[in-house]
Amino acid sequence: MRPFTYERATSAQDAAAKAAATPGARFIAGGTNLLDLMKLEIETPGHLIDVNGLGMDGIDETPDGGLRIGALVRNTDLAADKRVRKDYGVLTRALVAGASGQLRNKATTAGNLLQRTRCPYFYDVNMPCNKRKPGSGCGAIGGFSRQLGVVGTSDACIATHPSDMAVAMSVLGASVETMRPDGTTRAIPIADFHKLPGETPNVETALEKGELIISVALPRPVGGRHLYRKVRDRASYAFALVSVAAVIGKDGSGAVALGGVAPRPWRVQEADALLPKGAGPVADRLFAGAAPREDNAFKLLLARRTIASVIAEARSA
Amino acid sequence: MTEGTGAISRRDVLKTSAAGAALAGSIGPAGVALAQPDTAAPPRMAVSFKVNGKPTTLQLDTRTTLLDALREHMRLTGTKKGCDHGQCGACTVIVDGRRINSCLTLAVMHEGDEITTIEGLGTPDHLHPMQAAFVEHDGYQCGYCTPGQICSAVAVLEEIRAGIPSHVTEDIAAAPGMTTLEMRERMSGNICRCGAYSNIAEAMAQVAGTSA
Repeated sequence: MRPFTYERATSAQDAAAKAAATPGARFIAGGTNLLDLMKLEIETPGHLIDVNGLGMDGIDETPDGGLRIGALVRNTDLAADKRVRKDYGVLTRALVAGASGQLRNKATTAGNLLQRTRCPYFYDVNMPCNKRKPGSGCGAIGGFSRQLGVVGTSDACIATHPSDMAVAMSVLGASVETMRPDGTTRAIPIADFHKLPGETPNVETALEKGELIISVALPRPVGGRHLYRKVRDRASYAFALVSVAAVIGKDGSGAVALGGVAPRPWRVQEADALLPKGAGPVADRLFAGAAPREDNAFKLLLARRTIASVIAEARSA
Repeated sequence: MTEGTGAISRRDVLKTSAAGAALAGSIGPAGVALAQPDTAAPPRMAVSFKVNGKPTTLQLDTRTTLLDALREHMRLTGTKKGCDHGQCGACTVIVDGRRINSCLTLAVMHEGDEITTIEGLGTPDHLHPMQAAFVEHDGYQCGYCTPGQICSAVAVLEEIRAGIPSHVTEDIAAAPGMTTLEMRERMSGNICRCGAYSNIAEAMAQVAGTSA
């Protein structure tokens, strides 16, 4: 690990201003992904700003009947919150499908959104990777791509976003609330938060320099069946090959998003509208323009069947 | 390897280099480690926490993980370094009542925290019930993952009692049951290369008062 200086932020704006003003600065909260990457020298911050002391760890009801989740709420606490379990079950289901108990106890809401891909070529510093080292090429394209993306990818990068939580937040229509270095705040719809790779896979989110996530807002509950189905190589503690988050009403309408297939939670509004018509039309729309590789083409069929299973489960009750 | 039998043991070497490094570096006011020119020693900081009830203050390279602080600076070598990347669970300790991977957290991030390691759960003369159950049910072979397994197992039973849902909880609106299925799922972050899982499950079930 490269040496770094360390400080504890005293306020959200203090943290954002210092992050913007200090070259090589990064925020640290749970640290479960950042420290892993620092040990491998994939991340090499010269300065860490610890935001753990800033509060931002509550879950509060919003005036419009939704929930505001503090950036520092741990994955365990978010999954266990009674209101989340009752009204946003897809979020609890997604959270407990991810990582291990130890990691969920540390990992935060904001950090989960900001975690980096687990593409093996991103992790192997001996391989080219446009995300890790812009312009160096992509080792994954033409390499072993079984875990990697099939849609939303580019000629520069086929990495997937690894989060389960973010897939549920996508289907719930969450918004990411931030503070900029000048103290102003804004809300970024989750659909706009993660960027597609295009020519710049190193640019992963809509965040500006120094901008700090302070909370994630969920709209008022919509009811319906909340389902999260994750397909992986082992029954626990593994990243998704394919996951499906869905909220489906009694009339069969609703929303659906996929994990494990794209550089961000994969939701297409037009596909939502096709839910009453069944898995085939939904999958066809979600995968319009898909560019699967030989190793990961199975994900298209696997996703279609997993969507079918989720729709069947929604109708069964 | 046997410690301390030769002229210079591995620990002596580690101790000497750590002491040498302690002379260099600087610590700024108000808990801020000062920036260093490239040629200077890595930034260092003071951190105070309680380990197994005992208050401790350490001067550490900011890069020191909680795991390395425990093992290399406090000589609490019960906590093990397996993968050092949060994948195996051998380094599991309990911080402020919650199990975490001590390899994926910096020691300086634990100012004021209460840390419990395997050495704090019980002693050879007064085993924690979970330690006794692991012995009784042969919940290990080589033993390397065992401290992490036991710390995790103790915390898992608390998590189920606290009503925290898991991937196998059928009705997430209700409290999870104290079942073997729940315990097994929650232990998935602790890998045992020897494959003592079924005996670990039996030990946990005994402490939980259920049957595996």
